[in-house]
Amino acid sequence: MNDFDWGVIARSWSFLAEGMALSALLVLVATVGGLVLGFGLALMRLSTHRFIAAPAAAYVTVMRSLPLVLVLFWFYFLIPLAIGRPIGSLMSALIAFVMFEAAFYCEIIRAGIANVRKGQAEAGLATGLRRGQVMRHIVMPQALRAMMPLVLNQIVIVFQDTSLVYVVALHDFLTTASIVASRDGRPTEMYTLVAVVYLIICLSATKAVEFYRKGRTT
Amino acid sequence: MIAVEDVHKSYGKLQILRGCSATVRQGEVVVICGPSGSGKSTLIKCVNGLVPFERGTITVNGVSVSDPKTDLPALRSRIGMVFQSFELYPHMTALENVSLAQIHVLKRSRAEADERSEKILMRVGLGSKMTSRPSQLSGGQQQRVGIARALAMDPAAMLFDEPTSALDPEMINEVLEVMQELALEGMTMMVVTHEMGFAQRVADRVLFMDGGEILEDTPKAQFFTAPATERAKQFLTKVLTH
Amino acid sequence: MNYRWNWSILLQEPYWEWLWSGVQWTLAISLVSWVLALTIGLGVGIARSLPARGARLVAGIYIDVFRNIPPLVQLFLWFFVLPEIVPESIGLWLKRDLPYPEFVTAVVAIGLFAGSRVAEQVRAGIEAVGNPLLPAALATGLHPVQAFRLVVLPLGLRAIVGPLTSEFLITIKLSSLSLTIGVLELTAQSRHVENYTFQGLEAFTFATVGYLVIGLCVTGLMRFIDDRIGGSALRKAAT
Repeated sequence: MNDFDWGVIARSWSFLAEGMALSALLVLVATVGGLVLGFGLALMRLSTHRFIAAPAAAYVTVMRSLPLVLVLFWFYFLIPLAIGRPIGSLMSALIAFVMFEAAFYCEIIRAGIANVRKGQAEAGLATGLRRGQVMRHIVMPQALRAMMPLVLNQIVIVFQDTSLVYVVALHDFLTTASIVASRDGRPTEMYTLVAVVYLIICLSATKAVEFYRKGRTT
Repeated sequence: MIAVEDVHKSYGKLQILRGCSATVRQGEVVVICGPSGSGKSTLIKCVNGLVPFERGTITVNGVSVSDPKTDLPALRSRIGMVFQSFELYPHMTALENVSLAQIHVLKRSRAEADERSEKILMRVGLGSKMTSRPSQLSGGQQQRVGIARALAMDPAAMLFDEPTSALDPEMINEVLEVMQELALEGMTMMVVTHEMGFAQRVADRVLFMDGGEILEDTPKAQFFTAPATERAKQFLTKVLTH
Repeated sequence: MNYRWNWSILLQEPYWEWLWSGVQWTLAISLVSWVLALTIGLGVGIARSLPARGARLVAGIYIDVFRNIPPLVQLFLWFFVLPEIVPESIGLWLKRDLPYPEFVTAVVAIGLFAGSRVAEQVRAGIEAVGNPLLPAALATGLHPVQAFRLVVLPLGLRAIVGPLTSEFLITIKLSSLSLTIGVLELTAQSRHVENYTFQGLEAFTFATVGYLVIGLCVTGLMRFIDDRIGGSALRKAAT
């Protein structure tokens, strides 16, 4: 093991921290944007009007069948074409992430709403509440509680997904580490570090969600 | 006050209601019985517009339920409904369950609504359970909260959809007693139930349904002593022999 | 938006050849990784449901580690790090003599990651559908090992064919990661065509349709199997 030089990590620490900050920004934007857009899509999918439900369903199905890498390429290529000027890879990646993750959040939200028993809405309507009020006071609070663990799990997946911006050369945590790895010829140290950091963050988040879920059901 | 006229309802090819007609007068208690799948629950859910129907009319105090111009929420707020599986809101306390629609439909202040809810919960014997959540209550207690939730709106009529079917036998009476009291106070009620004892004590009239049709609409004495149709006779021997 | 459409680009040489070979690589990586994932998932998932504590612990660690490191990072570990930390002779072999090194590495990385996901499904299937029948099986006089082998396991596995569909689809999507180590699969080839011709809309549309078609085939196949073995009825009975 004498060949290894773990000092490379200390020397590149601030560069790596910038990478992690970008990863965090991607997670934040993808989650907030994805939840908002996903909620809209979920409402569309639950609509009884075919012309509203079908496009949302098609969007979700297509997005969920494509690799994120391809979606990143699509937006990287499409957006400058659509608006007529380059907007840089960060913006296009942010948009791609929001559009992509929205499909997954949509399905979580839709399942959460659909799993609230129909009788609950009937009970609310029977007392004279309007549909919007039933949604707000009766259905959504129950749906939110049911979908919370799934949303938290999805955030962990989004965090893992952010490593894919490597393909559009954005300097996230993995990419900064890989730059150091090839610059200093230290792939073993750098990729091990990346793996361990991801493992610690994702595993603790996953375990926390599991713990929270168990605590609630018993 | 409730007039049902020639109501048809089907889900796809499956016909649930085939031309049902009946009236319920102010202060009357009408029990609807019949084998399962006969359309009783569907019919009662048509009365407050929870289930849309294709043909026929239902009017409540002269207001048509199926007219698209009718303000359904306003109409529903005047008709209480009690469900087979209670349908209490699990994320709210008993008190909040009863207050919710008062606040958002009748626009009462929270304090006003809670005061009214407390009174009604006390009346159904749940004065000590105001802050309990549904999961902490027995089935009988939950159903009494369900009744309180409907009563809090000062309804002109009450609909009961098999209110005791989901209850353990020892809890059925506490719910029936509350309903009986309501009937004695002159509440207009439509009750889908298999509790023939309740029908015998409280009902003014009995509707017998089978296969989506109302086969009998008779005063209770006549229904229990001399039912007109063979199917009602068979039904009565089945439910009364045990 | 001014864009000159030219769908015929997809049929021109060499672009058609590129794209078609991309499809083939995507299929190859997906299928081989999926077989690996099923094998590992089955073994680890069963180990996770055994009464033996040691087996459960090892399987649990496998699942936790492989599910919580991004698959792309795992791919880099196998590709860049493994040859450096094994004894020199093996490292040299990995770098020089391993046939199709990028393909093999991608399959191993994707298969091991997907295997951890499949393992979770196997465990869940056994827990939800198989285990509830254990008392009944034991009551008929079966030995615990027989009960597991004859009742719990077969029913648990039948129940998970439906849920495994999405794991199969995820494996197909993961095959695109192999472009980072130089495998020219479908996504890489569509990018390649875009770079050469600037006809990105056509190239990426081709890739999109390609993934959709592959996905539809997989969904149809899995549904066919699920129907044949009555998986959905088992899942319904368990809830």
